[in-house]
Amino acid sequence: MKKHKGQSEFSRFVYQLSKNKMAMIGLVILLIEVLIAIFATQIAPYGYQEIDPTALRQVPSAKHWFGTDEIGRDIFSRVVVGTRYSLSMGIIATAISSVIGIVIGAVAGFAGGWTDNIIMRALDVIQSLPGMLLTIVMSAVLGSGYFNTILALSVGAIPGQARMLRANMLKQRKAEYIEAAYSINCSPARIIFTHLVPNSISANIVGMTMGVAHTIIQAASLSFIGLGVQPPTPDWGAMLSGARAFIRKSPHMVIFPGLAIAVTVLAVNMLGDGIRDALDPKLKK
Amino acid sequence: MLRYFLKRLLWMIPIILAVAIVVFTLMTYCPGDPAEIILGSEATEEALEAKREELGLNDPYFVRLARFLSDTFIHFNLGVAWRTGIPIADSIVERLPRTMMLSGITLILSFAIGVPLGVIAAVHQNRWQDSLCMVLALVGVSMPNFWLALLLVILFAVKLKWLPALGIGGIQYYILPAISASATHIASAARQSRSSMLDVIRSDYITTARAKGVPENKVIIKHALKNALIPIITMMGTQFGKMLGGAMIIETIFSIPGMGTLIITAVNNRDYPVVQTGTIFLAIVFSFSMLLVDMLYAAVDPRIKAQYQNKGKKKVAVKKGAN
Repeated sequence: MKKHKGQSEFSRFVYQLSKNKMAMIGLVILLIEVLIAIFATQIAPYGYQEIDPTALRQVPSAKHWFGTDEIGRDIFSRVVVGTRYSLSMGIIATAISSVIGIVIGAVAGFAGGWTDNIIMRALDVIQSLPGMLLTIVMSAVLGSGYFNTILALSVGAIPGQARMLRANMLKQRKAEYIEAAYSINCSPARIIFTHLVPNSISANIVGMTMGVAHTIIQAASLSFIGLGVQPPTPDWGAMLSGARAFIRKSPHMVIFPGLAIAVTVLAVNMLGDGIRDALDPKLKK
Repeated sequence: MLRYFLKRLLWMIPIILAVAIVVFTLMTYCPGDPAEIILGSEATEEALEAKREELGLNDPYFVRLARFLSDTFIHFNLGVAWRTGIPIADSIVERLPRTMMLSGITLILSFAIGVPLGVIAAVHQNRWQDSLCMVLALVGVSMPNFWLALLLVILFAVKLKWLPALGIGGIQYYILPAISASATHIASAARQSRSSMLDVIRSDYITTARAKGVPENKVIIKHALKNALIPIITMMGTQFGKMLGGAMIIETIFSIPGMGTLIITAVNNRDYPVVQTGTIFLAIVFSFSMLLVDMLYAAVDPRIKAQYQNKGKKKVAVKKGAN
């Protein structure tokens, strides 16, 4: 670590992360998936809605790598196009909930007193509903569709992010550099967003990565039970939901979409573990 | 301790009321006309209007809210399901125990299997036992529970025909749902146990215990694990909400008539009173569980117990501020 002395926190973090093999494997898998998502229509050998009535529920073969589904659509093509939905829903929903959560947490942590109390009690109310149930209810209210589902998914993650930031801000608020900032007449907004938040946010960053993994699973669960993104959109959860009826005769229809979810979530978790270790102050020497 | 418990119990009343108000408000904004949902799309305009009047839908929002709250919490009249006409209270009494049982089994399994795995990994840090446990745990947390459930059905019910694929009945009907619901939680319990054991295992008092000749097994279980349990319980407490949510999804796969199937079917049928009341009841159950978790901390950690017992009021206030 000596050669990194005097460099910024960020380059130290990148250095730590790049030494973590698991995290790098996760990152590479995710980058490949992002490329797949971008070039999905070029990669997919068939259209994701293309029906071949002569090839219903075929097992994997050279022609159809992952087999075909009940109305003769190529499962490989659908899984490839589905990458777009799962990845983007996981990332966008987490981004929305993190931004809102961080702002709420920052206000609560900085203001203290009554404001803090009211915000915390409101979060208590949201958190007295189990996350999946809240997502189901929100999705029932907002209706199906891509953006509504993203909104439904993001609501449940707000309290966690807000609480995490608030707790770390309370620790930072008494620090000397904050007092110094006050004494040179910094505005509250400047103190919150240029001093307090950046110094309190590392737990939230770890929370975000884990949040993406969790959101991808929740999104798939939601479309699996018939809410969220609707067929014929090739969402992985929706594909599994459709495949369920044919579980006895065509188990291959169940395997590949689920494998896609598992690999994506695994990669996110591997990267997340690496980020957590790289940010962990206990490991800093 | 008792005072703290009672205080928390009282505090649950406004929280549950707030949850009821939020859920009721959300449900009034659900798409669709309730009268049309009940009578079908072929009903005449007069019939629809009569139904709306009967359901009290023409009243202002606050009147309906007040009526809903007093019906639910004062008269304990939970109403009937729009679609089936079955009293919602009956459905909940019949179904809630099944969901609780599935979540309870999940909790027990994740504790009973996950914690020992984590301890083994921590004790053999950086050796093959550690890598094996942690790779398994990483795969476990990454696997969607409903996919695991489908895979288990393919293997054990369709191919091997050892276990039933769906329905309820004897203990054999609960094996596959329990495994698929708990895999993720076993894995995260193992990860949490490993890291909190590693935190503890390097402390001075562990070295002291070893130096004075305490057998290694006793050091690990009595000295280390007992102290490492607090963060593990914290995590399991926060996971219980996920366990309830997971049980809801697993129920739909195995056609277990629990709260999950009740609420999800009701959402798909737009049977909003069922969704509303079911959600509020799960929130009540969940709040009680969180209270139990908090009580459990005190049982495990004498420091927390002492806080409640001595200058109860002051310390509790401090603790609340730190949350």
